[in-house]
Amino acid sequence: MSFDVVAQQPKLLYLLQGIAAFTAVVGLILVALHRGPIRRRGAAALLLAPALLLLAVGLLRPGLRTLMLSFTDGEGDSWVGLDNYVWILTDPQALTALRNTLTWVVLVPVLTTVVGLLYAAAVVRSRFRALALSLLLLPMVISFVGAGLVWKFVYAYRPAGADQIGLLNQLVVALGGQPQQWLVDSPWNVLFLIVTMVWTQAGFAAVLLAGAIAGVPREMTEAARLDGASPRQIFWRITLPSIRPTLLVVVLAELIATFKAFDVVKTMTGGQFDTGVLAYEMYDQAFRYGQTGRGAALAVLLFVLVTPVVVYQVRAQRGAR
Amino acid sequence: MRFGARLALAVITFVATVTACGAPHGSGPQSRTATDCGPYARYGEHAGTRVSVYGPDRDREADLFEETWADFAQCTGIDVQYEGDGEFEARIQIRAEGGNAPDVAFFPQPGLLERFARASRLKPASAGLAALAKRGWSADWNGYATVDGTLYGTPLVANVKSFVWYSPKFFRDRRLTVPRTWSELMDVTEKVAASGVKPWCAGVESGEATGWPLTDWIEDVLLRQQGPDVYDQWVTHKIPFNDPRVLRAMDTVGSILKNDRYANGGYGPAKSMASISYQEAGTPILPGDCAMHRQASFYAEQWPKGTEIGPDKDVFAFLLPGTDATSRPVLGGGVFAAAFADRPEVRAFQEYLATADFARARMKKGPFVSANKGVDPANAANPVDKLAMQLLQDPRTQFRFDGSDQMPAAVGAGAFWKGAVDWIGGKSTRQVADSIERSWPSH
Repeated sequence: MSFDVVAQQPKLLYLLQGIAAFTAVVGLILVALHRGPIRRRGAAALLLAPALLLLAVGLLRPGLRTLMLSFTDGEGDSWVGLDNYVWILTDPQALTALRNTLTWVVLVPVLTTVVGLLYAAAVVRSRFRALALSLLLLPMVISFVGAGLVWKFVYAYRPAGADQIGLLNQLVVALGGQPQQWLVDSPWNVLFLIVTMVWTQAGFAAVLLAGAIAGVPREMTEAARLDGASPRQIFWRITLPSIRPTLLVVVLAELIATFKAFDVVKTMTGGQFDTGVLAYEMYDQAFRYGQTGRGAALAVLLFVLVTPVVVYQVRAQRGAR
Repeated sequence: MRFGARLALAVITFVATVTACGAPHGSGPQSRTATDCGPYARYGEHAGTRVSVYGPDRDREADLFEETWADFAQCTGIDVQYEGDGEFEARIQIRAEGGNAPDVAFFPQPGLLERFARASRLKPASAGLAALAKRGWSADWNGYATVDGTLYGTPLVANVKSFVWYSPKFFRDRRLTVPRTWSELMDVTEKVAASGVKPWCAGVESGEATGWPLTDWIEDVLLRQQGPDVYDQWVTHKIPFNDPRVLRAMDTVGSILKNDRYANGGYGPAKSMASISYQEAGTPILPGDCAMHRQASFYAEQWPKGTEIGPDKDVFAFLLPGTDATSRPVLGGGVFAAAFADRPEVRAFQEYLATADFARARMKKGPFVSANKGVDPANAANPVDKLAMQLLQDPRTQFRFDGSDQMPAAVGAGAFWKGAVDWIGGKSTRQVADSIERSWPSH
């Protein structure tokens, strides 16, 4: 369906009114601040008010409601205590999702960072640095859904003897192997999904890390070289320690993104063949199966798992200052 | 601070201008052509009103619906706004909860309709609609849109799932006859296999709905082996999902589909089904790489362009036989129209959809099966649609609705599909049936 501006006019107008109302509030605050003597504390409260209000309405209230729903049944109207959490820890399908999420969370940040770092280290002093980095960054421009579809074709299966339409199976057949159902055969299919995620994310890591590597003072590497250090020693002893803060940012950002992974799974397997992850299972339970309670419990679990990472990230940033 | 003050002033002026624009306007009048409005007079005049319709059909299917009710819309003055969504099942809930429910929704599953009826979101049918439903459909069909004795909607589309597609030429060349009993079907299967061709082809890949063609297979066989009563008990969970009779039906299906000698014709080993999309699954019939493909009447639209359908054409279908030649069990599915609003224009539109006139008009546009008793099967767009409608109208037919569409969504649209895929991938019948039974929601 194409986006029809005329048909969408009412919605666009509502949107415009919403933005306008919000801007008006901010404008009024600015006017109020402009007049009269300013007491710093009052001003701070006034400036924070819109953000706090939005946080309360858009984050705090739904968050609390989700927490409440996680203790209720499918329709969200009778209390079931901890049943939904017990379900997460006992149901085979939920456990599969937990296990897969763990696999994702361990592998994606590590692989993304390693691939990005190696690539960055290789191209950072090259004449074609900008071009090389842009190439790796391109997949990030594609949405996860697009990337999922592209890789779904790469993994496509056709029986032996027929014309292969999937790149990977074509390669396997050309090398004399049998075509495989990459996305079907568990547990390896999880790894093939992870490859897609790494493909989309490695560019982000490479660009940040290349920037950091370029920022390592030349004097240090030169001094090391004069002292007779090998390139490998320079990389491990000088470059890596110098870019530690950036490495941390990359790993943590990837970690958070991976916990929320949803699009790749949805487009490539629809959570079938034991490839479900927490975020996908949450969607299935809450929206497809009408099990609001279980969906909410999964959401809470996801929140609990991500929180320490976010706290650590904020602390690390504060420490860096 | 001067800048701040100016900015504030500018912002406020901007706001005043925008909000003064007021509420959004409706779309302009449509171009009018000469239409005979006589048949639509009974729905009254509703000029300037709008009915929003939300359903799973997109693209061509959606266009055909819109063309069908265009005259109705023009004569009554109702602006019918259809929105099709491939993820209808998930989004209808988000929309209903978010206070953005459509006026009319097309539910492809009675179970989903029931969920919204129980949550008191759907409006019960008006007396006029109930009368139309009674006249148009059998008690069975109206039963699927009835919750606790209250009718909430009417059947819109129907399909027959118990069809086996085959190539008449392939059968003729090998002197095979269309089987009328289950044992004849197995004879044909064995003969084709003995000649070196895998007799059956199947594909179950369908995005997040992957697995549904397998659940249809199992339902079809259970209905044949145990009859409609046991089938109903199984669907409503009066007997457990892993009842020995259900296991037997699954094993019968397994003896065909999990058997590398019998399947998957044109696609390799039996477990390749998980990678083959349901749309392309039957195509090996055309080059003769596979003899039979069990799939619903709507598969008629999946054949490559130029494929002719008929008893002496490229492909045709026969009814998956029962245990003997006299029984006629038919598994089918359908879409139901139900309303979230009860404004007069919504009522008028609902009543129009419930008439045989609507079904007839839709049939003229292209392939379509209706279970409405007032529709003449002779007007069907293709011979399989015709056969489907004859079966639906035949009083000897024992019709049963697709069981997975009536089970709770966690099972019917989740565990059963997933389990069936695991099962075709090699897991044992017992193991899969047990895990589906465990997934049945207790409340």
